This record gives sequence, C-alpha cells and structure tokens, in this order.
Amino acid sequence: MLKGNFIDNLPKVYGIYTGGFLGFIIIMSIAEQMGMTAKTIGICFVAFTVAIYAIIGYLSRTAQADAYYVAGRQVPTVFNGMATAADWMSGASFVAMAGGIYFKGYGYMALLVGWTGGYVLVASLLAPYLRKFGCYTVPDFIGTRYGGNLSRFMAVVVLTVASFTYVTAQINATGTIASVALDIPFQYAVYVGLISILLCSMLGGMRGVTWTQVAQYIVLIIAYLLPVFWISNKMGAGFFPHFMLADEVSRIAELEAQFGFVKNSAENLKEVPKGLAGITKAHSAVNATPWAFISLALAMMMGTASLPHVMMRYFTTPSVKAARKSVGWSLFFIFLLYSSAPMLATLSKLSLIDPSLPTGIIGKSITEVQAIDWYQNWNQANLMFVSDFNGNGTLELNEFFMGGKAVVLATPEIAGLPYVISGLVAAGGMAAAMSTADGLILAIANAISHDVYYKIIDPKAETAKRLVVARVLLVVIGFAGATIAALEIQGILGSVIWAFDFAMSGLFFPLVLGVWWKRANKEGAIAGMFLGLVSGAAYLIWVRTGGSGFLGITQLTFGIFGSAVSLVSMVVVSLMTSEPNAATQRMVDEVRVPSGRSIIGKQ
Amino acid sequence: MSKQEQHWEKSKGLLIMTLAIWFVFSIGIFLFGAEMNEVTGPFGYPLTYWFTCQGSLGIFVVLIFWFANRQEKIDEEFGFSERGDD
Repeated sequence: MLKGNFIDNLPKVYGIYTGGFLGFIIIMSIAEQMGMTAKTIGICFVAFTVAIYAIIGYLSRTAQADAYYVAGRQVPTVFNGMATAADWMSGASFVAMAGGIYFKGYGYMALLVGWTGGYVLVASLLAPYLRKFGCYTVPDFIGTRYGGNLSRFMAVVVLTVASFTYVTAQINATGTIASVALDIPFQYAVYVGLISILLCSMLGGMRGVTWTQVAQYIVLIIAYLLPVFWISNKMGAGFFPHFMLADEVSRIAELEAQFGFVKNSAENLKEVPKGLAGITKAHSAVNATPWAFISLALAMMMGTASLPHVMMRYFTTPSVKAARKSVGWSLFFIFLLYSSAPMLATLSKLSLIDPSLPTGIIGKSITEVQAIDWYQNWNQANLMFVSDFNGNGTLELNEFFMGGKAVVLATPEIAGLPYVISGLVAAGGMAAAMSTADGLILAIANAISHDVYYKIIDPKAETAKRLVVARVLLVVIGFAGATIAALEIQGILGSVIWAFDFAMSGLFFPLVLGVWWKRANKEGAIAGMFLGLVSGAAYLIWVRTGGSGFLGITQLTFGIFGSAVSLVSMVVVSLMTSEPNAATQRMVDEVRVPSGRSIIGKQ
Repeated sequence: MSKQEQHWEKSKGLLIMTLAIWFVFSIGIFLFGAEMNEVTGPFGYPLTYWFTCQGSLGIFVVLIFWFANRQEKIDEEFGFSERGDD
C-alpha cells in the first residue's frame, strides 16, 4: 500500500488516520440520530481510540536500544512537535484549564503565559545543545558533562521526584475518564487506564510513545477545538471565536458590575458540595498583584525547561537544527489549545450568567433551574449546585456553584450540542492524560534503567538485557503510580504545579550552566541539585504546615526559592573547588557547535 | 579569536536578544498589568487580557522560529551547519 519507508509516508499515514477519525465521529453522530444511547457512544469513543493507540504501540515494537530510548533519532520536526504537544498537555490541561480561567481569571492566566514562555528557554538555552550531546536521558547529560556516578544519581533522584508527583495525577485522570465512560468503579478503572498507557509504551519504548502521541494529539485537538467553534457559532458569538469574543468579554464585565460579587457566609458555604466553586473573581480584569502573576509565570517557565519528559522529546530529532525548529512546532501545537481555553471559559460563563440568553440561569427562579435536564445530570455528577441563600426564590450569581471540570465537560450539553460531542471530549481527555502519563513513566523508567542500572550497576549488560530491565521498570513504576492514584489522596495528586517546582529547584541551573558556564564542575552541580531540591522541599513543607513564607513565595512557587539556593550553591561550590579538566572543557566547546559528531557516540 | 570563539560570541549575542524579548512579554508587561488593561487591545479585548489569552503566547511561537532561523544563519556563516536535511 505504501511505497518507501515509514518516515517518508508519515503525512499520508496520519492524514488517513485523521480522516478515519473524522469519519468515525460522523458514524457516531448518525448512530446517535438512530437511537444509540449516550452510554454506548461514550464506550465506543474511548474503546475505539485506545484500541488504535494499542495497535500503533504494537507496530512500533523494537529490540534496539536506539529505537527504544530515542525513537532512532529520526522523528521529523513537525511530528515531534505534535508528539511533544501531546506529551505536554496533560489530562489536567485538557479538562481543568478552561475551568481554572473561568473561576480565577487573571491570576490563573499566569499559568498560560508560564507554560508557553518556558519553551523559549527550552529552545534557546537547552534543547539544541542537549541534542548535540547525543544523550539518551537527561541524567545522561548531567552524568557525562560533570562526571561521576553521584552527579548522575542525583539527577535521577530529582527527575524521579518531579515526574512521579506528576504521573499519579495523570493516571488518576485516565482512571476518572475510564470509570465515567465505561461505567466501572474508579479503583478498577485506574488499572484499565494503566494498561492502556503501558500498551503504548512497553513494546516500543520511545518509538511507540512517539507515534501514539502524534495520534493522541490529533484526537485531543479535534476534541477541544470542535466544541469551541461549534458553541461559538451556535450562540451567534462569531464563527472564529478567538478574534470575535470582545463583545462577549465586555458583556461579562457589564453583568459582573450589575450582579456584584456578593460574599457568602461561611455557614451558607457549608451546604455547597466539596470541590465546587462560585464565580467570585472578575473575568477579564487584573485581579492579582504583579508579583503574584510574575512569580507564578516565572516558576512555570523555569519548570518547563527542567522537566525531563519534555526535554527528552528533543533527543529524538535527526539533527540539532531540527531540534530547534521542533521546539517552535511544539509550542505552535500547544498554542492551538491554550489560546482556545480562554475562549471556552468566556462562552461557558456568558451562556450561564446572561439572563438574555436562552441558556442563562441567573435571574431565573430556583425551581425552574432545578427542573432543567442538564442541571439535574451535572448536579448528580456532583459538578453543579444551586441554593437559595437569601430566600428570594431567584437564582443569584453567588448562589450558583460549579466544578472546574464542568466548563469543558458540561458546556457542550448546556449549549445544546449532540451527545456525540461529549463522547468526543471524553476521548480527547483520555488521549491527553494517556500521552502525558506515557511520557512521564518512560522518562522515569529510562533514567533508572539507563543511568542507574546500565551506567552505574552493570556497564557490561547486553542490549537485550537492558531492554528487559527497562520494560520491567516501566511496569513497576506504572503500577506504583496507579496504586497511589487509587488511594485518591486529593491535594497531593492535584498539585501538578509542584512537579514544575521540584524540577526547577533541582535541575534548572545544573542543566543551563552545564552548557553556558564552562567553569561549572562536578562538586558544584551535586551541591546545586542536592541543596536546591532539599531547600525547595523544605520550603514547601514549611508553608504547608502553617509557615508564613517570605517574599510572597507560596506553595505553588516554592521552586523560585529552591532554584535560587541551587544557583548560589552551585556557583559558590564550583568556584571553591578546582575547575573542570581539559577534556571536559573541550567537551563543552564541542557541544556549542552544531556540526560534527555527538559527544556520546552511537552505542 | 578563533572561528569557534567568534561563533560562540555571535550565538551569545542572539541568546541575549532572544531572552530580552522573552523577558518583555513574559514578565515586563505584567508589571503594568492593571494600567495596560484600561487600553483596548487587538480585536477589541482589554490589552492585558489579550496578552494573557493570545498575545504573549503567539509572540513566543514566532520568537522561537525567529531564533531558530537566526541561529541557523550564524551556524552557516561559520561553516558549522550540519550536513543533510532535517
């Protein structure tokens, strides 16, 4: 059917795939017209897409170290961009981001700026140089640049702490979606999610993950954009919402002024189910201090540049040049979703609070609202709640509560879109959570199998044995993550943001200075990683146990403190100890030139 | 100065320029978030709001491609570009 090798045929393969997926959506919508139940549609969407990923994972199986660790270093820029975007955008981004914007407004937007601005640091400071280095993993770079098993081991520790914090949240998300879509208890659904994740990565390693992530990106971006455009058109807000919602944004500001933000008493709030929130912050006004905004954005940017599961995606490109361009494509594909989230938040909010719209519920009588079909559905799902606090029989702005997930999950239904869209959204959320979980589990397992097992414990191990170890670790780490996710320790799982802070505390400066400061040495790097991680973690514990914090650094931005300690200790210790030997200095010079052989030769 | 040193000097210059632009749109403008939001920005959105929704994000995308092209030019100038395609 296809001539030439797989790489040359990629546009064709994924073109057919995209067409097939769109065809599947159309078949489902016809089936819905013919009376297929909502439940069956949901099952079909999740089962069909997961089956496709599993097939791709199986077809990508490999027995070569180069293919397993870095996908053979032949992933073209645009496709690597899509894979990185899927790797990057987690279940939380997909399901919760629009909700965060909806409830918190400007203060939350710092995350959008941070999670995109970080890629400028990736492109200019790190990715091309680490690609030239030719390493398999991030600790591989640290271990070779600075030398010694201790520095390598410290890097593995930081990587594991940061990535593991993140991965439990992702497995939790796949479990949540699987349990809703397949109608099974969460405790089992978590393991269904885990098995789906492992199907993508176990046989093919990085190669399998790359090609499934591209497939997952296509599903998740269609699942996000289609409803946004559809809702906007249906509401008559404009056929291209991104450029046309100014009137809607100012209308929301007008309504906010008209209703006012009435503060509820603590007693009234006790009635509200846990996890739901009301609209208490202005939609488009600046509601955070400059430092609160900037510190959060800065922490996310530096964290982005230090998260190993993102960095290792750029090890798979064919060249240094391609690595740079690929970062641009990654951010472009991320931008498509991130720039749509605020539009969805705007449409969702206006459709609910504007009394002049048919879907608006504020100002209606409470009993009328309670009789609406979609209200009953989402109230039952514990994502919506109304209560007549002031007893006037009418729903006020401060009497309406919603869960953050509802913005993405419920808005299509509120706007009157067919159920097929809800099935599509479930498939998109599943794709987003799976792709990120795969990248993270692989990052941890690869670091332990390559850097701890192969480089430190048994440097003579054969490829076959190394890959067995890598796969066993993948399963073990996956199960550990799923087991913790099944415990449902909320608060710990919710804090994806912590992963960024941990990563930046321990890895940002050791990575950046490894390229940009020749004088940085082993002792400095070890001190930087160790003291950075420990001081960041200590600050977090201090603030969590009632500490007041300083300089406005909160539990969400503790990485700013950790990385500052890391920088100072790395510079001081490096200068106090002897400079790196001539071979290391030559190595740094080599890294700075794109052409020529990579530092770590083909193994 | 050797060819390699010159190449690195130029690369550093590009890095500083890139990071300066990055700083302006990720940190600089948000020092004046409240004041800037009074102004009407592109497509009629309040200006700071627009930057957080689209502006800064889009500028970062363009900035990375611009940086990649400039760096490629520098590499070519000193004969350090890689053979083969991407």
